[in-house]
Amino acid sequence: MGESHINDCQDAKTEITIYGKKNLTPSGYGSNNGLTVTGHGSTDHIRSGKMLIVDGINLKKGGKQIINDVSFHVDDGEIFGILGANGAGKSSLAFTIMGSPDYQPDRGVISFDGVDITRMPMDERARLGITLAWQEPARFEGIPVPDFVLLGSGTSRNDANDTGGHSATTPVVGAPDAGGPNAAVRDAGGHDAGLADKCLEQLRLTPSEYSHRMVDRTLSGGERKKVELASVLAMRPRLAILDEPDSGIDMISQDAVISMIYEIRDYGGSVILITHEEEVVKIADRAALMCSGLAFKTGGTQEIVDYYRGRCAPCISKSYPSLEDKK
Amino acid sequence: MKAHATDYRQMLEAYSRARGDPAAFEDSRVAHLVVHQNRVIGAHLVPGLEVEPEETANGIDLRIRVLPGVKIEHPVHLCFGVLPAEGEQVINISGEVAENAGVNLLAHCIFPNAVKVEHRMKARIAIGRNAFYGYDEVHYHGETGGVRVIPHARITLDEGARLRTSFQLTDGRVGELDIDYEVEAAGGSVVEMLARVYGYGSDSIRIREKCLLKGEDARGVIKSRVAVTGEAHSEVFSEMEASGRRSRGHVDCIEIVQDRASARAVPVVNVLDHTAKVTHEAAIGSVDSKQLETLMARGLSQEQAVDVIIRGMLTPE
Repeated sequence: MGESHINDCQDAKTEITIYGKKNLTPSGYGSNNGLTVTGHGSTDHIRSGKMLIVDGINLKKGGKQIINDVSFHVDDGEIFGILGANGAGKSSLAFTIMGSPDYQPDRGVISFDGVDITRMPMDERARLGITLAWQEPARFEGIPVPDFVLLGSGTSRNDANDTGGHSATTPVVGAPDAGGPNAAVRDAGGHDAGLADKCLEQLRLTPSEYSHRMVDRTLSGGERKKVELASVLAMRPRLAILDEPDSGIDMISQDAVISMIYEIRDYGGSVILITHEEEVVKIADRAALMCSGLAFKTGGTQEIVDYYRGRCAPCISKSYPSLEDKK
Repeated sequence: MKAHATDYRQMLEAYSRARGDPAAFEDSRVAHLVVHQNRVIGAHLVPGLEVEPEETANGIDLRIRVLPGVKIEHPVHLCFGVLPAEGEQVINISGEVAENAGVNLLAHCIFPNAVKVEHRMKARIAIGRNAFYGYDEVHYHGETGGVRVIPHARITLDEGARLRTSFQLTDGRVGELDIDYEVEAAGGSVVEMLARVYGYGSDSIRIREKCLLKGEDARGVIKSRVAVTGEAHSEVFSEMEASGRRSRGHVDCIEIVQDRASARAVPVVNVLDHTAKVTHEAAIGSVDSKQLETLMARGLSQEQAVDVIIRGMLTPE
């Protein structure tokens, strides 16, 4: 299905020529300079530095091209949206940036703060301040919600505006001296318990209702998702990759997810916001459009949304028989 | 007497190290029984609870009875142990929880210095109509692995009765473990059996739990959580048979295998009535990759992440 979209798309072919070229230097991203930001107004929060550069990344799985010469960059303090239909390769790209062992690129370079992290293990990337919230988060037996939220606190090296919230010396759960899954809250005392509460509240979860609940199947999908996002917030990441953070969450809580994204941006962190919802991507400063493993168009959010609405949506709908057709 | 006093003090010290609460043994509202090797060295009863110990040539016989309609408010604390490096403990329990009665037993089994120790327990428990019996067994072993633990139980539930058992051996080397529990559940009764074991070194784990849902609307769950590493081996046999009308059962087994360890799970499900239903799920293998990557994406090393996942799985609910 995906292949046919791209083959039918002349604009895409043009853009592929630009983004598909080899040995693209950082200056090659200049095509994004001077974009009109249509997200949330001012771009003052975006700093000049390119925090993340993804340069010509290719990924094959089972002989199939999953990601095809994808290139883009994310600035300090920027919300960067990735918009695309199901199966476009958005999640695969997220796993690749995070460094999942099953998503190691066969070509291209990923650099973070000028350091080549292409072959870096994911825990080391996390300690640089990169993290990922899964579209469908895992469940964990026997790990209380507050402990899970605090798992990464203290591991992220967030240099920007790190004015508090948690201590960099917070014991990591599972460390040899930590003594088990309950250790984070127990050892860290009220300070970190307060951080867990704050992060849960930010996601509209009442801390007292979750203090003794486990991150297991007793949580609903939406609750699990919000707990996952709270754990990302507690980490104070420099770069949070959020894979469809809005999916499976009720309308009221979606505001909380958006405010969480702004909070990360406000302390100087960046967000890669992956979604297939046009309305959600509008909060981004810039965005890329993905189809069939290609990030074939990058630009201002409104420009991307307009293109998606005008060109991609009809193309996608052509691939699915309508109810009328079925009749 | 002096020897008993010393044993008693040492048992309570070991009990404390095993995360038991020794204050329970000073509380007159809490019944307790302390057995070192094959001798009863401390006991306290509360109204409605009868315990008759008899030391025999081969071990110790315990007759435990909760009188009809009596609900024992505080868990009865049992402390079984062998403190020397070598020794044997053989306990035969004959228990009855009479109609409408209820009791929770909390048993700590302590073998901190074991080099060659065998702990053998045989229990026959009858749970009366609408009665409740809870039995939580927590083991604390040393690091030598020189323990053989062989608990066998046959338990019957009368109509409307409830049974909840948990077995936990996650501190110290398992040594050799051979659990064999069989339960028969009458109409409207409810059974929950849970085992959590962490084996390493050359530990050997064998868990056999069988639940027969014989009565109408009987309910049963068998849940096992086992992690093995090093060269340990585990085998979990979980059998659920539903012959009662509208009876419902579930078997749930997770075994995590690390290093050169090995594991086997044999869930057996028999449904003998078309209105009954039994489900089962079993997962054996390494740690779930999504769980692992979630924790690594928060900055935990792979080793730390595996430890958190295993400890979480083995944490009592």
